[in-house]
Amino acid sequence: MIPAPFAYERPTTVDEALQAIAAGGEDVKILAGGQSLIPVMRLRLAAPETVVDLTRVTELRGVREEGDVLVIGAMTTHHDVITDPLIAQHAPLIAEATETVADRQVRHRGTFGGALAHADPAGDLPAVALALDAEFVLAGPNGRRTVGASDFFVDYLTTALEEGELLVEIRVPKLTGSWGVRYEKFNRVAQAWSIVAVAAAVRRENGHIAEARIGLTNMGPTPLRARATEAALAGAAVTAEAIADAARSAAEGTSPSSDLNAQADYREHLAQVLTRRAVSAAAGL
Amino acid sequence: MTSINVRVDGASYSDDVEPRTLLVHYLRETLGKVGTVVGCDTSNCGACTVHLDGEAVKSCTVFAVQADGSEITTIEGIAGGDGALHPVQKAFHEMHGLQCGYCTPGMIMASIDLLKENPSPSETEIREGIEGNLCRCTGYQNIVRAVQQAAGEMSGATGGQA
Repeated sequence: MIPAPFAYERPTTVDEALQAIAAGGEDVKILAGGQSLIPVMRLRLAAPETVVDLTRVTELRGVREEGDVLVIGAMTTHHDVITDPLIAQHAPLIAEATETVADRQVRHRGTFGGALAHADPAGDLPAVALALDAEFVLAGPNGRRTVGASDFFVDYLTTALEEGELLVEIRVPKLTGSWGVRYEKFNRVAQAWSIVAVAAAVRRENGHIAEARIGLTNMGPTPLRARATEAALAGAAVTAEAIADAARSAAEGTSPSSDLNAQADYREHLAQVLTRRAVSAAAGL
Repeated sequence: MTSINVRVDGASYSDDVEPRTLLVHYLRETLGKVGTVVGCDTSNCGACTVHLDGEAVKSCTVFAVQADGSEITTIEGIAGGDGALHPVQKAFHEMHGLQCGYCTPGMIMASIDLLKENPSPSETEIREGIEGNLCRCTGYQNIVRAVQQAAGEMSGATGGQA
């Protein structure tokens, strides 16, 4: 199908983009890579009055270091994330999860910030951002503010972005020390959403697990941390038994949905199995 | 209407388009480049794959206005000036990497993109490389063989084709 007509704005700076959003009327959509927005516009599930295309806002692209933090521009494409040397060095979990996003054509267009701002609970990157304690920098008419990942994801397809605001960059604390990471994803085919996926980062120290961070994809309306498993792993031995024990509580506090792909209880089972696999791999077993 | 300037298969075009016009519809209906086909219209099948500034994209999921100032290559623009088939086209022909042929333009454009990044992919890498393209006839066996043959020919070739 062909999308409904809309007014098209193509700013070249963040300031111009904010002005275009403010002047765009009641229903403004921000076009990043378009790999989620264009399909829903084609189905006319969205029919915005104005589309503000960020393609030419070059200041939003690229990855840089700021001390202990990696700063990823919201318009950095999935393809550029996968091939970025700074991400490979300091946040390899992001690259590993991004490689599982859709297919190469979609990864050429789709963006890191777009996927996060879309906040689909079945999307791969929100759980990764949550596991890495990322911070989101939002620009608005009154300046910029920073929101932590646990406050950014509010509900199904809903973030802390207020009307008139724009996600400009994502700040990811570098992993320092001996961390291992793994993204375990369960889905049918490339273009299908994750039925469940688990993002794990594990820090080992003196033969034990010092710290584990586990993000869950599609186990509720927002990405979630597997807090009970994280607590059980702190100080645990790096053994298959200890990890399996801890992983049994991976679905605690989650509220997965039932749909055509899976019932809620099956998703709870998957969360446990995938958490065991992800943590084992991240811990080097 | 918004005016755009694009280069498609080596020729320059200036047109006024509605912002909602999808790139695939611009290519087919305004420029007559009907070699690029619409398959699923849901960003799944990859039949409409073209190269936008050298990268494979699904042209049903890009607005034509987003291509303003860009270089686009379609299936119609990859053969040599003398009509000689691109090595990937030739390999699909020789290995019979198709049955009905509907997915073929997208398969070939995705395969060229893959081989540019990874000139000698393993079978698994080929299957992952074309995971965004669906073929409902062949079961992919001969498509994978075609990409393997093209990889061999292109790595040994001196013609310098993209």
